[in-house]
Amino acid sequence: MGMTMTQKILARHCGLPSVKAGELVEAKLDLVMGSDVTTPIAIQEMEKYCLETVFDPEKIVLVMDHFAPNKDIQSAQNCALVRQFAQRTGIAHFYDGGRMGIEHALLPEQGFAAPGELIIGADSHTCTYGALGTFSTGIGSTDMAAGMYAGKSWFRVPAAIQVNLTGAFPPYVGGKDLILALIGMIGVDGARYKSIEFTGEAVSRIPIDDRFAVCNMAIEAGAKNAIFPVDQITLDYLAGRVTRSFSPAAADPDASYVCTIDINLSQLRPLLAAPHLPSNVKAAEHFRGLPVDQVVIGCCTNGRISDLRMAARILRGRKVARRVRCIIIPATQETYLQAMEEGLLEVFVRAGATVSMPTCGPCNGGHVGVLADHERCVSTTNRNFVGRMGAKNSEIYLASPAVAAACAVAGMIVSPEEVK
Amino acid sequence: MAGTVFKYRDNVDTDVILPARYLALSSREDLAAHCLEDLDGEFVKRVQPGDFIVAGENFGCGSSREHAPIAILSSGVRCVIAASFARIFYRNAINIGLPILECQEAVAEVRTGDQLEVDLAAGTIQNLTQGKVYQAGGFPPFLQRVIDAGGLLACLAAEKQAKEETVP
Repeated sequence: MGMTMTQKILARHCGLPSVKAGELVEAKLDLVMGSDVTTPIAIQEMEKYCLETVFDPEKIVLVMDHFAPNKDIQSAQNCALVRQFAQRTGIAHFYDGGRMGIEHALLPEQGFAAPGELIIGADSHTCTYGALGTFSTGIGSTDMAAGMYAGKSWFRVPAAIQVNLTGAFPPYVGGKDLILALIGMIGVDGARYKSIEFTGEAVSRIPIDDRFAVCNMAIEAGAKNAIFPVDQITLDYLAGRVTRSFSPAAADPDASYVCTIDINLSQLRPLLAAPHLPSNVKAAEHFRGLPVDQVVIGCCTNGRISDLRMAARILRGRKVARRVRCIIIPATQETYLQAMEEGLLEVFVRAGATVSMPTCGPCNGGHVGVLADHERCVSTTNRNFVGRMGAKNSEIYLASPAVAAACAVAGMIVSPEEVK
Repeated sequence: MAGTVFKYRDNVDTDVILPARYLALSSREDLAAHCLEDLDGEFVKRVQPGDFIVAGENFGCGSSREHAPIAILSSGVRCVIAASFARIFYRNAINIGLPILECQEAVAEVRTGDQLEVDLAAGTIQNLTQGKVYQAGGFPPFLQRVIDAGGLLACLAAEKQAKEETVP
């Protein structure tokens, strides 16, 4: 029986001619990633069990992004612990202030992910790199520790959900709306333990940044990973970033799927996910008029250059409503620089938005825009759980950069085509 | 030894198990002090060593933070019983030695305050209050080895030691 893209990559990495769904395998890792939040626990565990060596310092990337630049003394201690560990073990790929970016934007940008490779990261949104045809999945600190030490990890080979894409995105609709629509259809555990494999004639019309946004939120449907086929768009993105050879994995024609879901991009509308689950998805019109206190545009889902361009398209020559605090966070230093060169940062500042350094910031209530009780935030981030961005009684509506920017201007929830 | 049940909903996410505002903490005591804080503020005041968390589908969804299962383990909870677990939480729990059992039937009938007794090796759940017994799903042999060793790194350390002892 044929294999899916994910199954092929797993088979290659455990030296087997084929694997099938449900099988437990031990696979070699091409890369292990950790952040300032998850790496300290991994280091503590390695020390506790006297397993303090790493399998290959070149294949480990450590990114200080969640509570960095250090938001308090404890965060500073954590970053210092990781910094010392990197020095001790010879890990050169250590990204700190001035070089850092949000890990899931930074790793692809810096060429750490390539088609056919297998990556684990101690952050649930590690599934983002599936946009490049990589098998990547989130794990916890102990798996990270074991991966850094041994260079391998165990996996249950996932069954797959196939998502067949047709049509083309209407204006102001993109990858964020596609993944919100999918999560709304299958629910927050609709892909639990499974891979989500994208296919269809529309794939070739989906820009790379939209693919990143889509794969990023696969975890919000419970998926182990999500993956796009490799095409010219992928290769264009990789050019100049990845110089090593790589080998894409295409799905076999007779690969088996638990189900196939058809989505016509032309029928998608600008969407929002209402509190407190990413599956509470409805069209923007449904929430029209709800007052908004804060707008966040950024994060590992939507902090890339095309996201900032879309926000600028709406904010150019307009003003953020007086009642709204609008925070815009370019995901990496490279994105920040590009946004500066394109004049986008000036558009944001003139519109009355706050532009932040790259950081995960408010996405998980860390810093740079924590919410008070009963405040409502429209955010391009990926989770709207209770208390996720601050006070337990705050509300998060997840949306695309176009919707978020439109809400910032209107001071309430609106659809982007309404902004005059 | 019997323990008391704290029962919760479907889709309990790791943000409510251990809110991100405490993620810079890493000591077990500090994490235990905030366990389930945004789901049930009474939990840390009432939980006793040996008690049980029982929950619906997709327990532990969301963030991969291992702080969440560490907080539960450190609060003295003997075992989490759920209809199903989110995959990263499932791995993390096994990796750090937090006992978990999947059992839809038990979850459907168990109520907050019930007294349970659990045989982890056999996977049996006895509801002393209701006089019922349930059988939870087992683990594949590889995972059972990790569970028996007390966690993934304990398992790796034992393998390393065994290797060193066989080298003359």
